[in-house]
Amino acid sequence: MEKNNLKGWLYLLPAIILLAVFMVYPLIDVLIYSFEINYNMTSQTSLGVGILNYTHVLHDPDFIQALENTFILVFITVPVSTGLALLISLALSSIKKLRELFQTIFFLPYVTNTLAVGLVFMILFKDTPQSVGLVNVLLEAFFGTRVDFIQGPHWAKMLVLCIYTVWMVLPFKILILTSALASVKQDYYNAAMVDGTSKFRTFRKITLPMISPTMFYLIITGFIGAFKAYSDAVALFGTDLNTAEMNTIVGYVYDTLYSQTGGYPSYASAAAIILFAIVLTITCINLMVSRRHVHYD
Amino acid sequence: MNYEKLERGSRVRSRLLKVLAYALLIFWALAVLFPFYWMILTSVKSYGAYYAEFTPKIFTLSPTFENYEKIFSSQEIDLMGSFFNTVIFSLLTTAIMLVVTVLAAFGFARLKFKGKDLVFTLFLALMMIPSELVIITNFYTITDMELRNTFAGLILPSITSVFYIYLLRENFAQIPDQLYYAAKVDGTSDLKYLFRVMIPICRPTIVTITILKVIECWNSYMWPRLITDNKDYYLLSVSIQKIGDTFGRGRSDDPSMMAAVVVVCVPLVVLFMVFRKQIMSGVARGGMKG
Repeated sequence: MEKNNLKGWLYLLPAIILLAVFMVYPLIDVLIYSFEINYNMTSQTSLGVGILNYTHVLHDPDFIQALENTFILVFITVPVSTGLALLISLALSSIKKLRELFQTIFFLPYVTNTLAVGLVFMILFKDTPQSVGLVNVLLEAFFGTRVDFIQGPHWAKMLVLCIYTVWMVLPFKILILTSALASVKQDYYNAAMVDGTSKFRTFRKITLPMISPTMFYLIITGFIGAFKAYSDAVALFGTDLNTAEMNTIVGYVYDTLYSQTGGYPSYASAAAIILFAIVLTITCINLMVSRRHVHYD
Repeated sequence: MNYEKLERGSRVRSRLLKVLAYALLIFWALAVLFPFYWMILTSVKSYGAYYAEFTPKIFTLSPTFENYEKIFSSQEIDLMGSFFNTVIFSLLTTAIMLVVTVLAAFGFARLKFKGKDLVFTLFLALMMIPSELVIITNFYTITDMELRNTFAGLILPSITSVFYIYLLRENFAQIPDQLYYAAKVDGTSDLKYLFRVMIPICRPTIVTITILKVIECWNSYMWPRLITDNKDYYLLSVSIQKIGDTFGRGRSDDPSMMAAVVVVCVPLVVLFMVFRKQIMSGVARGGMKG
C-alpha cells in the first residue's frame, strides 16, 4: 500500500507529544538532576556535577530503611500472593456451584481505593489506649498477648503491611489465573486421565507448564508493582513514614521532593534513578530465569 | 477387591480435596468481606458507643448516622467536592486518553510510514519507566506552566500510557488486511474506516482500556497530592489520606473516618455490581494480553 508518511506521523502526533513532554523529557531531566549537586530550584543553579547525591542517598539511614522495607515487602508478598492466588484459582476451577459468587467477592478489593480500605485495616490491627483493634482482641483470646501492629514493633508493622498488600493484589492475580487455567486445552487432561495419571502429576506436568507464561507475567508485574509500594504504607501508617520507620523507596523519593523535610530535587532524583535501576535489574533477572522455565506453545 | 479399595480411596481423596477447596474459598471470601463489614459497622456506631467499648463488638444495638453528618459538614475536608473532582478528572482523562490511544494504535497497526517500527520499539521501551520517576520533573514542568491546582495540571501528565496503546494496537493489528483494502476500493477514507469498522470490531478492548483507565484515575494518589495543595482541587485519594491523618490518627475519631471510607467505596462497588461482567472480563483480557 502507499506510504503515507505524513498521515502516519499525524496520527501518532498527540501520543508522541504527550509522551515526549511527560515521559522522555522527565527521564533525561531526572538523570541530569541526579548528578547535579544541591540543585536550587529558585536560582536554577547548582554547586557542580558529581555523584554526591548518590553517596548521600545511599548513606542516608532513612533511605537504607526504606530500601530494606521495600525489599522485604517484595520478597514476601510476591511469592505469597502468587502462590495463594494459584491455590485459590485451582480451588475455584474445581468447583462448579457458587463459582461466580466467589469470583465476584474475590474481585471486590480491586475496585476499591487502596487508601480507603487501608484505613479499615489500620483500625482493625491497632492497639491504643483509646481502642483496640479486633485482631488484637482475637490475639488476646487465643494467645494471651496483644501486638500493636500500627505503632509497635517493626516486625509487626511489616507484617500488617505485607498482609494488606497481599489482600489488595490477590483479586487481579486470581482473575488472571482463573482465565489462564480455563484456557488450558481439555484434551491434555483427557489424555492424562486415559493414562491414569495422578492428580498431582497432572498438575505438575500439564497444568503448571501450560500456565507458566501467565505465572511469569504475574511474578514480573508483581515484582515491579511491589517495588513501587507507597500508598499502602501511607494508608496504614500515615504520611510521616520516616519516623515510623516504614518508608518505602517511592515514599523516600516523595518525601525528599516535597514534604516538610524535603525540597531536594537532587536527592530525590538520585533515589528515583536507583529505584529505576533496581526495577530494571530485577526484570532482567526474571527474563533470564523465564527463558529456562517458561513453556510457550 | 483391590480395585474396590482403590476406587473408594480415590473417592475419599477427591471428596477431601473438594472439602479443602471449599474451606479455602470460604476462608478467603470471609477475609475479603470482613473489612467491608467492619467499615460499615464502625461507621454506624456512635462516637460515644465506639470508644466506650474498649474491645470492639461485632455488632451494634443502636446504629446511627451521626458520623455521616459529621463527615459531610466538616470544614476541613470537602468530601463531596473531592468526589466531584475525581469524577471529572477520571472522565476527562479517560476521554482524552481514548482519543490519543485510538489514533496512535491505528497509526501503528494500519498505516505504513517510514520509521514506524523504530518508533514502536521506542514506545515499548518507555513502558519500563516508573511513573514515580517522571513525577519529579513533571512537578516542576507543571509548576512552571502555572498549572498547579488546576484540572489541566492534574490531567495532562496522566493521559498517556504506552500499555493501552500497545493493547489496542495488538487488537487493531488482528483485523485482516482484506477489510481495509475492500474499504479502500470503495473509496473510504482512513478516518472513516477507523470509526466505522475498526472501533466497532475492537469494542471489547476499548471497553477494557476504558475501565482500567477509570480505575487507575479513581485511585490516583501520588500525582494529585504532589500537584494540588488547594483544598478545592483535592481528589478523593488525597482527601481520604487527610481524613486518615485528622480523624484517624489525630482526633481518634474512627467512626467518622469509616463513614468517609464507606462514602468513597460505595460508588465504585455499585458500579462494579452493575457492570460486573464487563469489568471482570475486561481486566482479564488486559492481563492476558500483557
